[in-house]
This record gives sequence, structure tokens and C-alpha cells, in this order.
Amino acid sequence: MAKGVKPRVKVPKTAAAGEVITIKTLISHKMESGVRKDGDGNVIPRSIINRFVADFNGQNVIDVTLQPAISTNPYFQFDAMVPEAGEFKFTWYDDDGSVYETSKKIKIA
Amino acid sequence: MEFKTLLTSVAIVAFSAGVVSAQEDATLAIEGETILTSAAAPAFADNLDTVYSGWLFRKLETRALQMDDFDNPAFVFVDQGIDLFEKVDGSEGKACASCHEDVEDFAGLRPSMPRVEDGTLVTMENLVNDCRTERMGAEPWKYTGGKMTAVTALIGLQSRGMTVDVAVDGNAAPFFERGKELYYQRVGQLDMSCSNCHEDNYGTMIRADHLSQGQINGFPTYRLKNAKLNSAHARFKGCMKNIRATPFKVGGDEFKALELYLKLRISSSNIKTKSATK
Repeated sequence: MAKGVKPRVKVPKTAAAGEVITIKTLISHKMESGVRKDGDGNVIPRSIINRFVADFNGQNVIDVTLQPAISTNPYFQFDAMVPEAGEFKFTWYDDDGSVYETSKKIKIA
Repeated sequence: MEFKTLLTSVAIVAFSAGVVSAQEDATLAIEGETILTSAAAPAFADNLDTVYSGWLFRKLETRALQMDDFDNPAFVFVDQGIDLFEKVDGSEGKACASCHEDVEDFAGLRPSMPRVEDGTLVTMENLVNDCRTERMGAEPWKYTGGKMTAVTALIGLQSRGMTVDVAVDGNAAPFFERGKELYYQRVGQLDMSCSNCHEDNYGTMIRADHLSQGQINGFPTYRLKNAKLNSAHARFKGCMKNIRATPFKVGGDEFKALELYLKLRISSSNIKTKSATK
């Protein structure tokens, strides 16, 4: 698992039913390319986030394939319609097999 | 679009005295809190009428970054700072948080730094490293390193919106004079002083860069150029290299004096730590 990985998500706490809200996500991640070498000349293994998924109450909202040219600390902003109260679940998949998860609840006001 | 108008206005007034090109009507509000972006210059700054925040010299996209803490990439590093603040290190088995329980207690510290203690000028970095070596029994951090900037940014953030308030009288006076001397001292192959760009030519373009007045109240600041937090001393060093001079030592007496002098120039404006620039 890559070091210093920390998912950050910004979702409004409440929304009206059927309202379109903006969600911002950022994961601090080195996005190691796999071609760099460490001080001893050994190749640092590749560790790039290759997929990002957001689900709402089990229903898929967005599913992104990330390519190697994506920068460090990838940031996504997208809109989603909230039909009911529930929970957004965000998942990032790393090349090295790690999965980073976080979730945010949203209420209907 | 707005940027183009800006350039045109620069071209028109470039030859008149006191070039003002920053968009003075723009308001910087971070998370709903309004931050002052211009103020009357202090009396000793002979060549300036008004001090402007560097924020006014940036593109609209970059400005927007700074107005939202989530969008501001510097906060990735502030998060790292929070982790470091709580991490136990050294022979005493202590973390910063062992003594300083609440980081919010540091509100008001950044605006008063650097300050004179026992005849020497002390910066925030010195304070952090003193704590590390004397109280924690740990190795000091590199003066401009990533861990140092992360923690100084976290401490500085607590004072966001506060007025810069550095002492100039008494013990600080000789350091202030030294800083002022350095500011106007021409150095390097290009034979330039700080004032040549940041006083005489702010608001104009130097190649692709829009020259600001070089205020340091926002430091350590995130630069899109190198995607990390940069301390004020690292920036001084960068400037000196650009004018083909041999930079002073980072964390040395010269840069500390310069830091004090620059801090005083903005002593009437609000502190604004953790800006995102270029």
C-alpha cells in the first residue's frame, strides 16, 4: 500500500429530494509511475490509481478509468441527483491491489 | 477575458508613476470569511502607496483555488501537518500535541513572527526545530523540507484573517535595517535588487509571469509549478537564482532579516496563510 494515502470528499450534508448536488473528491496519492528508481538504484514499483467509483445506496453514480498520465493527488468533481436520503460510497482502486474507501451520508431537508 | 483588460490597463499606465494594475475591486472570501487584499503602505516603504495581496495578480482560475479550502491543494499538506503534529518522535516519546494540546492555541503566532528573542531573530521554523531538538529529543527537520512546511502551514492556518503584527522597535531595529538594506541591494549577474521587480515593476509581465509585490504573509504557499508547499526562504532562494546571484543560506541571518523586513511591509494587512499561487 502506498504511503500517505488519504481520501477527502466534500458532499453537502443535506439536499432537497431530486436536487442536483456537486460532489468534490480528492485522494492524496503519489501516483508512482513505476519507472523511477530509489537511492539504491532499485525500481520503485508502480502504484497508480486505475479506477474510481462512486455509488449511492448501492446504485452506481460514476465509474472512472484513470490512465497513467493522471497527476498526483487526483481530483474529481461531478454532479449527482439525490432522490432520497442515503449514503454515498467512494472507492479508489490502486495498481498494487489496495482499495481505499470512504463514505458520506446525506439527509433530505 | 478579464486578464486581457488587465494587461491593456498595464500598458497604458506603465509609464506613469505608481503603476497599479491589480484588480482592486475583487474580493477574496475564503470559506465565507473576507480577507483584506489591499491596505495603505507603511510609512517606511518609500516607493509604495498601497500594498496589494499577491492574490490580485493571479489568474481567475488560480484565485478560485484559494477561495475554497477543498479546492486549495495546499490543504493536502495541511492534513499531513495534522498527522505530523500528532506523531510521536524522538527520545522523549513526545509529539507536538503532547505539549500543545490544541493546535488552535497557535492563533496569533504566525502574524507576530519572526521575532527577536535574546538578541537573535527567531522564525517559525526555528521554534519548531527548537521544540524538536530540546523537548522531543528528535532530529531537526530540514528548514525548507516538506515536513517543516506542512507543520508551519498548519500553525499559520490558525491565524488566517488576522492582522500581521511584527515588532520593529527596540531589539528588532537592527534586523529591520539589515533587511531593508538587503531588499535594495543589487546582486548577481543581472545586477538586480528585490525592489527592481517588486516595487518598480509590479503589475507588469516578466516573461510569462505577472509580477506581484512579493508579499510573504501567505507563506508557506502551494505553487502549482512544483506541486508542493514552498517556504518564504525557499522562494527568496529561487528569486536570487533567477537573477543569477549566489543565494544566501536558507534559514541564515540574511534571509531572516529579509523575512522580518518584508513582513513589516504588510504589517497593516490581514495575514493570509496558505495561498495557492501560479
